[in-house]
Amino acid sequence: MQNMKPEDLASDNYQETELTFFDGTSRKVLYTDIETQFPDGCLIVSRTDLDGVITHVNKSFVLMSGFTEQELIGQPHYILRHPFMPPAAFAGLWKTIQKKEKWHGYVKNLRKDGGFYWVYATVIPNRRNGEIVSYTSVRRKPSVKKVAECMELYPTLF
Amino acid sequence: MPFNMTISPDFKPELISGWYIFNTWLQKKIDTPIHIDLVNDFIELSDAIDQNRIDLIYANPCDIARLVREKNFNPLVQPVGTQDETIIVSSVNSQVKTIEDLSPGIKVAMTDVPDVNTIGMIMLEPADITPKDIETIHCQNFITVAKNVINGQADIGFLLADAYNEFSNLVKKQLHSLITSKIHVLHHALLAGPDFPNQENLQQVLLSMNEDPKTQKILQSLEIEKWQAMDREEAEFLIDLMDTLSPE
Repeated sequence: MQNMKPEDLASDNYQETELTFFDGTSRKVLYTDIETQFPDGCLIVSRTDLDGVITHVNKSFVLMSGFTEQELIGQPHYILRHPFMPPAAFAGLWKTIQKKEKWHGYVKNLRKDGGFYWVYATVIPNRRNGEIVSYTSVRRKPSVKKVAECMELYPTLF
Repeated sequence: MPFNMTISPDFKPELISGWYIFNTWLQKKIDTPIHIDLVNDFIELSDAIDQNRIDLIYANPCDIARLVREKNFNPLVQPVGTQDETIIVSSVNSQVKTIEDLSPGIKVAMTDVPDVNTIGMIMLEPADITPKDIETIHCQNFITVAKNVINGQADIGFLLADAYNEFSNLVKKQLHSLITSKIHVLHHALLAGPDFPNQENLQQVLLSMNEDPKTQKILQSLEIEKWQAMDREEAEFLIDLMDTLSPE
């Protein structure tokens, strides 16, 4: 996966860090403190294969992530991983869905332009004939109070 | 013994004659006897599904999961360009102008239409309101929801956006639209039970309805532009989506 580029950012005022993901891949991440508000009444919908590679996105996903659909399809879902998010949150997600259960959580996502947006995410395993064949993730507008709680909690989980 | 067809009880009452005309035409076209068995509400529908009394159904997205996964129904067609979106309204005289103005303990007028209520509750989440935080006022139909909101018995109401759009200006002027969903993928669908014969032929017959001016009129009487095919995987996608939205 490509490193983020300063020319893609919405602001010159950014921070830089390197993230390493569960599969050993590393990526240079550039991020700003510019928040994009979740659009009222919308749902962000995506599907991934069993390895977490994006196979389907809806228009709201494209809008909120700042990427084009072509840039998203075929990429690992961790293209949205914000350095604020503790790895433990995602370990819990994978553990839950691999047990064929539904996972819920509040997530701070990274945009292509370095900004961020908070979501309330639900991920379910898609079962066909008893086997998990893919995952569906639906993100919706989160509670302001719950986001405030996560902003306190997440930094303690590293 | 005729096969039984039912229509999800959230259909508009003024379209009832259209469904009977559709059924008369369909029976002749596929040479299969079909009896329309209407239900009054979603509880009656659930009982009918439980008792395997239905062979053909125009179903709400919330019922599709059970029909497909538990009763082995096959999705046939879905209406083109018709989506189930939800709108939350308050009274124009209310202090409530945004979702964030709401607080736990509110009274919510709603029908028993499951997808509208599911999406309505989801749109209250940003205000930290969950199902246990509301007092529900059950209504028979969407106009009763509007009346409860207008006369102040309910703080807000959940409406199907299409129903709201068809209210008279007199009613709309007394309501304030707080939020409308823009989900774009929830829709009703026509499904056939496992014992219904010649389902491929039935699907083709339905898909060609818009090609003949006579059958176009029947579609118009159902307020459907035309049908498009719906396969099992599309139904599974809809079911997965509804699963992510169902209460925890």
